[in-house]
Amino acid sequence: MEFPEELKYTEEHEWVLVEDDVATIGISDFAQDALGDVVFVELPEVGTVLDAGKTFGVVESVKAVSDIYAPISGEVIEINEELPDTPELINTSPYEDGWMVKIRMSNPAEAEDLMDAEAYQEFIEGEE
Amino acid sequence: MTIIGGNVLKKTPLNEVHRELGGRMVEFGGWEMPVQYRGVIEEHLAVRGAAGLFDVSHMGEIEIRGPGALEFVQQVTVNNASKLKKGQVQYSAMCYPHGGVVDDLTVYRFDEDHFLLCVNASNTDKVFAWLEEVFEEDGSADLTLRNVSDEYAQFALQGPASETILSRLTDLELGRIPSFHFYEALVAETPVIVSRTGYTGEDGFELYFAPADAEKVWNMLMDAGSEDGLIPAGLGARDTLRLEMGYPLYGHELSRDISPLEAGLGWITRLEEKDFIGRDALLRQKQEGLKQQLIGLTLTEAGVPRAGYAIYSGKIKIGEVTSGTMSPSLRVGIAMALIDPEHGAVGSPLQVQIRNRMAGALVVKPPFFRR
Repeated sequence: MEFPEELKYTEEHEWVLVEDDVATIGISDFAQDALGDVVFVELPEVGTVLDAGKTFGVVESVKAVSDIYAPISGEVIEINEELPDTPELINTSPYEDGWMVKIRMSNPAEAEDLMDAEAYQEFIEGEE
Repeated sequence: MTIIGGNVLKKTPLNEVHRELGGRMVEFGGWEMPVQYRGVIEEHLAVRGAAGLFDVSHMGEIEIRGPGALEFVQQVTVNNASKLKKGQVQYSAMCYPHGGVVDDLTVYRFDEDHFLLCVNASNTDKVFAWLEEVFEEDGSADLTLRNVSDEYAQFALQGPASETILSRLTDLELGRIPSFHFYEALVAETPVIVSRTGYTGEDGFELYFAPADAEKVWNMLMDAGSEDGLIPAGLGARDTLRLEMGYPLYGHELSRDISPLEAGLGWITRLEEKDFIGRDALLRQKQEGLKQQLIGLTLTEAGVPRAGYAIYSGKIKIGEVTSGTMSPSLRVGIAMALIDPEHGAVGSPLQVQIRNRMAGALVVKPPFFRR
């Protein structure tokens, strides 16, 4: 299982890539593996304002429904248009092709509260 | 034993093998079972296109023997077991006097006075207690009733390549076994009951044998089938496969509160041919009209219907989803639902409430998947 160093992670298993004031959000390799085959993704519309810690979408596998939580606050500026038709990208490429939304951060300092790759790996080892 | 949620779970003889194969173990009907190995969709499609091997040793088996066996089976099941010849299998159900379902099952006839019932894992103890109760109430029946679940491991080899694979491990002429027939034969050097039945809609076999032989039979089958695309398949695929065929699952489409008529099992319920426990109530239901009806639904927009979701016709709630999934073969949401029969005509547009939105759906007649 991979946990890229350049990403930040949450306890709800989302990842965030921060570039300037834009954050890209997806779910981790651990999350996609636990869910199994992803068959449906519900994403917010562009322009939606996300509050950190609140749900903003849903990922469904064959067996389970899982909420996705916003790791960081901000306005959605882009969504991954490929996901409605090919939700399996979340399984095959959780950190790249399976990204979910990009937001313009309203409070970039929130990113400092997130876990780095090492802390996240320790966190999930504790969960197992 | 493994403890999940405070319950001591039973394990099949294959438990260690499942773990070595990367099986994800979950609780099901009091058993620790693999829900998937590499992925539900891959396993599902393997069964539709080649073959999958399922460990279904959790299923229960009850033996009924003696001069009174046939009469007793007739009394406790809704289908007509007197039609069974030796070596034949029948899908059936067991009802309470009020018409609700104790369990659905397969009835195997070994001889004039020798039957084996294959019942759901989670219902085995309940079914056996119910049969004992009926037996003791009658008092005169000349038969023995035994819960032989611990004497059998069971695998389901399912998919179009099943016959080719199994033929490599037995001298039995598989081509001569029609659907819903069984033979006792040596398979993989092991005495096996070979039954041409399944729960997937594909050709295939259900194999019953001594638990001590389980690992050997599994390994020999996997070796024999590897070149044909045989892979291990878990309960997740078993569920999506049966759902694509519209087969009911006890606890979802069947229960104490759902009759076989309501669940669309009128075709096995022989009201006109014989008497059985629950018949009076079912005749009354038929006469008065059903209060609920099991239907198939195909979503006309994106989404995954799931058990418990409400079904609407316009603004009126008319029922609930009993089982639903994203069909791996069709790639659309499919569901079975119990609804007010007034709205159940094939082709009717209905809505499924998925979280805070209403998803369009059409009433269809299962099976959802056809070859």
